[in-house]
Amino acid sequence: MVLELQKPRPVWQIMFSTHHTDVGYLYLVFGITFLFMGGVLAMIIRTHLFFPGQNVLVSDSATFNRIFTVHGLTMLFLFALPVANGIGNILVPIMVRYKDMAYPKLNAIAFWMNPVGAALLWLGFADTTWVSYAPYSIIRAPGPAADMFIFGMKILGISSILSSINFVVTVLKCKHPDLPLRRVPLFAWSMLTVSLMTIVAMPTYAAALIMMLTDRLGLSGFFNPFAGGDPIAYLHLFWFTFHPEVYIFLLPAIGMMYEIIPRFSRKPLYSQASGVFAFVMLGIIGFASWGHHMYSTGMDFTTKVVFMIGTLAAVPASGMHVFNFLATMWGGRIRFAAPMKFAVGGIALFFSAGAGGVLNSAMPLDFISHGTYWVVGHMHLFLIGTIGFGFVAMIYYMFPYVTGRMYNEKWASAHFVLMFWGTVQTFFTQHLLGLEGMPRRVYDYPTDFTSWTQLNQISTVGAWLIGASFVIFLASLIYYSAKGKPANMDDPWGIGGKYYYPVSAKNPHGGHSGY
Amino acid sequence: MGHDTAEWVFVAIVIAVLCYVGVDSWMIQKEVEDVPADAEIIKVTGQQWYWSFEHPNGTKEVNTLHLKVNHAYKFEIYSRDVMHSFNIPDWVVFEDAVPGHTNHAWFAPNEVGTYPIQCREYCGLLHYNMRGSLVVEPNT
Repeated sequence: MVLELQKPRPVWQIMFSTHHTDVGYLYLVFGITFLFMGGVLAMIIRTHLFFPGQNVLVSDSATFNRIFTVHGLTMLFLFALPVANGIGNILVPIMVRYKDMAYPKLNAIAFWMNPVGAALLWLGFADTTWVSYAPYSIIRAPGPAADMFIFGMKILGISSILSSINFVVTVLKCKHPDLPLRRVPLFAWSMLTVSLMTIVAMPTYAAALIMMLTDRLGLSGFFNPFAGGDPIAYLHLFWFTFHPEVYIFLLPAIGMMYEIIPRFSRKPLYSQASGVFAFVMLGIIGFASWGHHMYSTGMDFTTKVVFMIGTLAAVPASGMHVFNFLATMWGGRIRFAAPMKFAVGGIALFFSAGAGGVLNSAMPLDFISHGTYWVVGHMHLFLIGTIGFGFVAMIYYMFPYVTGRMYNEKWASAHFVLMFWGTVQTFFTQHLLGLEGMPRRVYDYPTDFTSWTQLNQISTVGAWLIGASFVIFLASLIYYSAKGKPANMDDPWGIGGKYYYPVSAKNPHGGHSGY
Repeated sequence: MGHDTAEWVFVAIVIAVLCYVGVDSWMIQKEVEDVPADAEIIKVTGQQWYWSFEHPNGTKEVNTLHLKVNHAYKFEIYSRDVMHSFNIPDWVVFEDAVPGHTNHAWFAPNEVGTYPIQCREYCGLLHYNMRGSLVVEPNT
């Protein structure tokens, strides 16, 4: 356990604790572990695609299909959600000035469902793709992998609903009476928004999973066209949950940038109100756009137009966040320490990804990009470029708080340069690959089109850079949490002002949490 | 609200750009979906893991589709098992093959040549190899 080295406690004390910082650490360790497990799968995928027509690393498409399925599930549900929950667990109660989460035991239960779900996903190693479209997942996907996938997702879904309920109650009912809701820091607002979205969105998918299971068992035929069902119904249920879920992954990272940017710009936030407004708008409009994943399923013209408008309507709110960040930095005395580097890099990539998203939602262009590597590049720009950068920024920011020590700024810079370069090289290139027509989720591609080979190889080299940057990250986390210089806990970066949270988090089970 | 002029101007510009994108897509898509009345109907069936085609005169082809240049064709797209996606990237022909549904796409090739046909929706083991080719022949 690299955490809490200043005042070590037995691991079991942290594991069986229900205190919000302990559960937060567990989430963080869990999420970061799976970041690296999913990352290894990503490296296998990209390295394999470097050599078209050869069986490098993966010798059959069955295994390859399983690898990219589990890579997607891992990064979304075992990395992005747990890390957001972890940081939320540590900070939200402090931000709303309450002693713990509203329901501490529920909090621990929600966490401990995650390893069970993770075990089912990884031991099953399904090949359904993370979207698991019917009827493939019903009539063709081999069991027990697909069944374990269904139960794993079911458990993770319930866990995420439970932790969402906890966040909503903590923010709305347990916040200090002197603290008006509109003054609650924006990171807590982002967790509140995504928790409300989860509670609205997730039950739909939970129902779809049960229907898929009974379909697989032959008891029903909801999505099975050979039993009178309709696969399009599954797509609607799935995307009704998972388009909002895109914002559920994204908003906590935006909230983290709101924590970091004013502090390192040495200026107050440009507008708290516009940040709150943009979160709430995204939380509502996020539910109006799920159909843009389904333009090509035979949707009629009017429906497509409605979903295009719904999608475009979410853009101004995202733009307001970007504006808020830039206006905060404008004229500030900016200190580009690691958290700020990653936050600013994240904003740049967020903007690029958002601009690509506008093009995707335009109906005629969607028919060029849908189902190609364009989409892979687009959503990875969000997932690594925004969420990954935001989380990494926040992990560097909380490093002194959690370990009482300082990371090494030079290594953090190396991590940043490699990760930013790698992300641009890998995923911008994949946009081009999509325009060349290369479909996603392919084990191999023909060598007749030289541009496909070249672009794939450029993209793979970028992925190796990202991989190298994360090796530096992991080594830094482990080494400097044990051997780093003790941090100045009042102001670790020497930027003036207060390093906010340290003193208020007291852990009844182990004296101080963190230092 | 804490907004000031700069933010309102910014939001207005964003909304103006989005309106342009929306209106332009609406107009182009309207045009794209307007199938010519004389389009010849080609039945396309996807199944794991190949494409089969049926011409109006009953000729059937597997994986290689022969068409004439400067002719409009309307594809009726079916699937026999799982979801596929019929795609000719060079002509931006793209529509899902969904079992139990009939989907449509059309195009009118105006250049002679050979173009790849592929599946763009994950459909299992050999999805990557569900490829065919379109041969556009001169009008003789």
